[in-house]
Amino acid sequence: MTVQARFGGEVMNRLDLTRRLVALLTHGEAIVGGIGNSNFDLMGAGHRPENFYMLGSMGMAVPIGLGIALAQPERRVFVLDGDGSLLMNLGCLPTVAQVALKNLTIVVWDNSAYQITGKQATPTAEHTDLVTVARGAGIASAEWAKAEEHFEQLVERALHDDGPHFIGVRVDQSPGQARPERDPVILKDRFMRGIGVKGMN
Amino acid sequence: MNWAEMAVRALIESGIQQVIYVPDNALIPLIDGFRADGRLTVFSASREEEAIGIACGAFLGGQRALVMMQSSGFGNIPNALASLAVPYQIPLVMIISERGALGEYNSVQVPITRVIRPTLDALGIPHYTLTRPDEVDFIARRITSQAFSTQQPAAIILSALLTGGKQDR
Repeated sequence: MTVQARFGGEVMNRLDLTRRLVALLTHGEAIVGGIGNSNFDLMGAGHRPENFYMLGSMGMAVPIGLGIALAQPERRVFVLDGDGSLLMNLGCLPTVAQVALKNLTIVVWDNSAYQITGKQATPTAEHTDLVTVARGAGIASAEWAKAEEHFEQLVERALHDDGPHFIGVRVDQSPGQARPERDPVILKDRFMRGIGVKGMN
Repeated sequence: MNWAEMAVRALIESGIQQVIYVPDNALIPLIDGFRADGRLTVFSASREEEAIGIACGAFLGGQRALVMMQSSGFGNIPNALASLAVPYQIPLVMIISERGALGEYNSVQVPITRVIRPTLDALGIPHYTLTRPDEVDFIARRITSQAFSTQQPAAIILSALLTGGKQDR
C-alpha cells in the first residue's frame, strides 16, 4: 500500500494552507520558510516582519527554527519545509525531541517530489511516512492534516498546547506564487527587527 | 585553572548562551564545563551541519551560540557555512578539535584535517589554532567579540599540543 493510500486524507494546496496558517497567527509568531516553494508561498501569503526566508541550505529550516525557539521561549515558532528538505536532514527530528521545546511546530508540505528540480519523486511517494518518522523520533504530537479545517485545528492545538508539534500535509505540485528578495543580509535584518532582537546579541 | 576551564569561562563571559556539539574525547572537559555552569543550554546534534543551523537560529533569536565538533565533522558543514552563516552575516563560534595530526594512527582522519584551514580561508572565516594554555583566554575572548561585532562566523581549532590529542591503544 502506498503512503498516499494509507494516509487517506485530501491533497491540499500549499499557498491556501499557508494563508490559513498565517491568518491564525496573532501573537507575533515567527515563521521559518524553507528553501524553494515553502518560502515562495510564505511570501505569497503576504510578507510578515516575523518571517525568515532561506535562500539555500537545504535541510536547515528545522535547525534554524529550533535555535530561534530556544532563544525566544515566549514566542511560538513555526517551520515550513518540504519533504525533500526534511529527508536531507532527518537527524534533526531526534534533536527536536531531545530538546523538547514547547514552542516549536514543524509543518511539512509533502508533495512527494523534488518539485523545484523537475518533480523527481521522493521516497514519501511510495515508502516513507514522515509523520510516523517524526513519532518514531520522539515527537509525540505528530499528525497528518486530513483536510483544510483539520489543518487549522492542528495549528490551533500547536498554538495552545505544549510542543514540539509536527504537522504533515499532503500538498499538490502547484508552483510557489512569489519570491522573497534575494538579499540575505536584508532578510536577516528584517527578521531580527521584526521580532525585536536587533542589537540584543 | 586548566585550558578547558579557561576556555569555558572566557566563552561564557563573552555571552555564549547555547552550546551545540557532536562529541569528541578532546571536547569532554568543555562539554562538562558548560553543563556544570547551569546557565547555558547545552545539547548534542545528530550532525555538525545541523548544529550550525541551530547556532544561526540562536543568533536570529537574539542569543549567541557555540558549535563544537571533531575535525572529521568539519567535513559536514561547508554548505551550511557557505549558504547560511557567511552570506547572511550570521555570527557564531566554532571549536574544532583536531585529529589527523601529531601522532594520528587512523589514516582516514588525516585528509579531512588538511581541508579545514583552506576551506575556512576560502570562506573568509577567521580561525586560530590553540596550542598553549596561556593563549586560551585571550584568543577565546577576542575571537568571540570579533565574530559578534563584525557579524561573521569564526573558528578555534584545538591542537593536540593543547588537549593531548588521542593516541592508539
